[in-house]
Amino acid sequence: MSEPLLSPRVLVTALLLAVLAALPLLTQAFDQRYLLSVGTRIVIWSIAAVSLNIILGYGGLVSFGHAAFFGIGGYAVGILSAEGIQNGWVQWPVALAASILWAALVGALSLRTRGVYFIMITLAFAQLVYYLASGLEAYGGDDGLNISRSRFPGLLDLRDKATFYWLCFALLCASLWFCGRLAHSRFGAVLRGARSNELRMQALGFPVFRYRLVACIVAGALGGLAGILLANEGAYVSPAMMSWVKSGDLIVIVVLGGIGVRFGPLYGAVAFFALEELLKPALDLMHKGWGEYWQIVFGPLLVLIALYARGGIASLLGFRRA
Amino acid sequence: MRAAASPRCWGSVVPEPLLSTDRLVKRFGGLLATDNVSIDVRPGEIHALIGPNGAGKTTLIGQLTGNLAPDSGTIRFAGRDVTRLPTHARVRLGLGRSFQITSVLREFSAIDNVALAVQAHDGHSFRFLRDVRRDRKLREAAQRGLDAVGLGARAAAEASALSHGEQRQLEIAMALAGEPRLLLLDEPMAGMGVEESQRLVAFLQALKSRCGMLLIEHDMDAVFALADRITVLVYGRIIASGTPDEIRAHPEVRQAYLGEETA
Amino acid sequence: MDYLLIQVLNGVQLGLLMFLLAAGLTLTFGIMDLVNLAHGSLYMIGAYIAWTFVTWTDSFVLGALLALPATFALGVAVEAVVMRRLYARDHLDQVLATFGLILFFNELVRVIWGPAGKSIAVPPFLSHTIEILPGVPYPAYRFALIVVGAAVALLLAWLVARTRLGMLIRAGASNRRMIAALGVNIELLFSLVFGLGAVFAGLAGLMAAPISSVKIGMGDDILILAFVIIVIGGIGSIKGAFVAAMVVGQIDIVGRAFLPELLKTFMPPASASAAAPAISQVAIYIVMAGVLVWRPTGLFGQRA
Repeated sequence: MSEPLLSPRVLVTALLLAVLAALPLLTQAFDQRYLLSVGTRIVIWSIAAVSLNIILGYGGLVSFGHAAFFGIGGYAVGILSAEGIQNGWVQWPVALAASILWAALVGALSLRTRGVYFIMITLAFAQLVYYLASGLEAYGGDDGLNISRSRFPGLLDLRDKATFYWLCFALLCASLWFCGRLAHSRFGAVLRGARSNELRMQALGFPVFRYRLVACIVAGALGGLAGILLANEGAYVSPAMMSWVKSGDLIVIVVLGGIGVRFGPLYGAVAFFALEELLKPALDLMHKGWGEYWQIVFGPLLVLIALYARGGIASLLGFRRA
Repeated sequence: MRAAASPRCWGSVVPEPLLSTDRLVKRFGGLLATDNVSIDVRPGEIHALIGPNGAGKTTLIGQLTGNLAPDSGTIRFAGRDVTRLPTHARVRLGLGRSFQITSVLREFSAIDNVALAVQAHDGHSFRFLRDVRRDRKLREAAQRGLDAVGLGARAAAEASALSHGEQRQLEIAMALAGEPRLLLLDEPMAGMGVEESQRLVAFLQALKSRCGMLLIEHDMDAVFALADRITVLVYGRIIASGTPDEIRAHPEVRQAYLGEETA
Repeated sequence: MDYLLIQVLNGVQLGLLMFLLAAGLTLTFGIMDLVNLAHGSLYMIGAYIAWTFVTWTDSFVLGALLALPATFALGVAVEAVVMRRLYARDHLDQVLATFGLILFFNELVRVIWGPAGKSIAVPPFLSHTIEILPGVPYPAYRFALIVVGAAVALLLAWLVARTRLGMLIRAGASNRRMIAALGVNIELLFSLVFGLGAVFAGLAGLMAAPISSVKIGMGDDILILAFVIIVIGGIGSIKGAFVAAMVVGQIDIVGRAFLPELLKTFMPPASASAAAPAISQVAIYIVMAGVLVWRPTGLFGQRA
């Protein structure tokens, strides 16, 4: 697959990555600290969306409970931190292991169902974690838990905003690279084949269930990573980070960006947060105080995207779904 | 004629059947869709299964492939009891199939379709990084498969852009990619033109030396040209089984099935 | 024993409310194959419209009677503007579009009625308690909820089992192409069914208003419970929705009423009362997961 080096999608993607790579320098130069924290959130949400894109985009499985991984990754870090274990070399592997375990359990049970039932059972499992967390009175219950950031002594200081941002960005680049490879690997081919025609794949001799389960586990690990980062970003975890609305937001991001396209999640996350940041002042400009009601515009926008712009931003740029 | 249904009639030179069912029963509510069906296919043989619509042919195929579980009876394939094995495991043993309704992966190119079929028989697919599009082992085997069914020139075309006849050919190329020992062909000629059908008949005739086939087909010319044995299914029950000549002469078959065909 | 009876009745009452919500959802699922996340918004708006009419007429019954046709009209309008375009789409599109509708309606309510919650008073003629058994008092309003809820459930059962509309609904739930073949005006049937679902949701919302409160997002959490109910019951099955609603109602009430005492035997009281509602919610989801593992299309759903 060769393509011209200067096609719009290559240019836009390269420009976007360059801006993101230099973001801490830019925000410092223009003295816009606030934008760095928005940028950090965009990068972390992108990682979560890349993870959802594996099962939703390549696997064709509409998981409505992906925010649970924010919570599991985040709470694993939070609980260890509350118990006095601050070392990232302990926290992060434990958090990843917990996410993988959860993904394996939910996947093994949910993948027995199809269609709407799959959507609802993944939602229900996420709600289960949500209520478990809000029942954890010892760790803040509904109010959540303030934590201190993971420590990597002698290596990184995550309290430094720029350092933390670059770590997140590096992890995003790694996950984008990995997912791009995965999509066209033997594994990815099976996953996409099953999205297109599950029965046919079985008749070819593929145990589809196992491949989908592994896809869920890979996505779960990546989702858990996003949760770890989110907890460290705000030094705070709460049940709200895995409410079902967040799961919906993740689906919105993946579809908005372009489903089943490698860079789709990145475009989606940038567009999602940019829309929020732009709609508010734009509405305020029209009439003072309207900014608060930005979702009254954003909601119908989602309806229009669902109805008329399925390919998302990626298709505008000429990407094809893998 | 009843005796003809029994394998004893073919004497002692008969090789061990590749696929055999023993008194298979499947009910849907009150409907007996498969009624004590015992049927077998030997290596290098084309065994045709015919019967009017609603005779239970698709239900039987479903049980053979593992998409439906029989209520009672056993299915043996390649010397093993496969009654409880899932579809993919049966395919691994060498049970290939083509679908009644064309069932290729529409969003994939022709060669990607066959490459996936090749991949299915090349160990596990838990390989995450290497690009399949540059995997010469898969691509070359897939191209050979396309060439064999006469689709070589259409390798890069998206499956949904292929003509109906071409999709049927692709379907067979996919079924053959795993070098199955037995092929279940569910109405391979459906929707094909006369010329395409004739080409497929010649192709299947040549294929016979490589694998046994269970052929479900409405095109009687094709059935009588290809089949070594024919079994007639009506209302889920075998009413006759034998050589094409025996079936042609069978009074019950003429009435129940061929009569309907000419009507 | 009396306490137990009262709690069981509370469970029945909650179950009936959720059944009203789930009934519309399971019909639109079963007939139109539509995942409508915005169904909870109709529940919320039903309650807000009722608040407006009750305040205006100064009568709960009159307000409710005015609110129902208004909710019906809203449902039909939403069907005509958005839902109609979604029937033929895949579930992902439906999830995305109706998720957008939730955001829209929540915000719209904030614009129209303001961010603060509203409350509707229990109507005076139902503000006393009645003796359901000698010496066992029960709030008359909650009892009225049970009566109305049961009556609507029976009405719906009659509608589905005995009328031509019900015949079409049953036919549609099992075979969508068949109703087209019957020469029925599908568009009209769909908007009627959607409007009906909206009325039931609105009714549930306005009946719940005096015992909870009317607030933004009130439909979201209960919507997820309604989804759980129709998934447990089997999509498209009214009977399944009813059975599952009763089960979920009981689990929820048992969790709230009895679990804290149970937990206090081995937990500090504060933690126990915080953990109990969470545990009862968790129990509901575990029941759902268990049912789906056992029967992947729900208790009364059609086998795939």
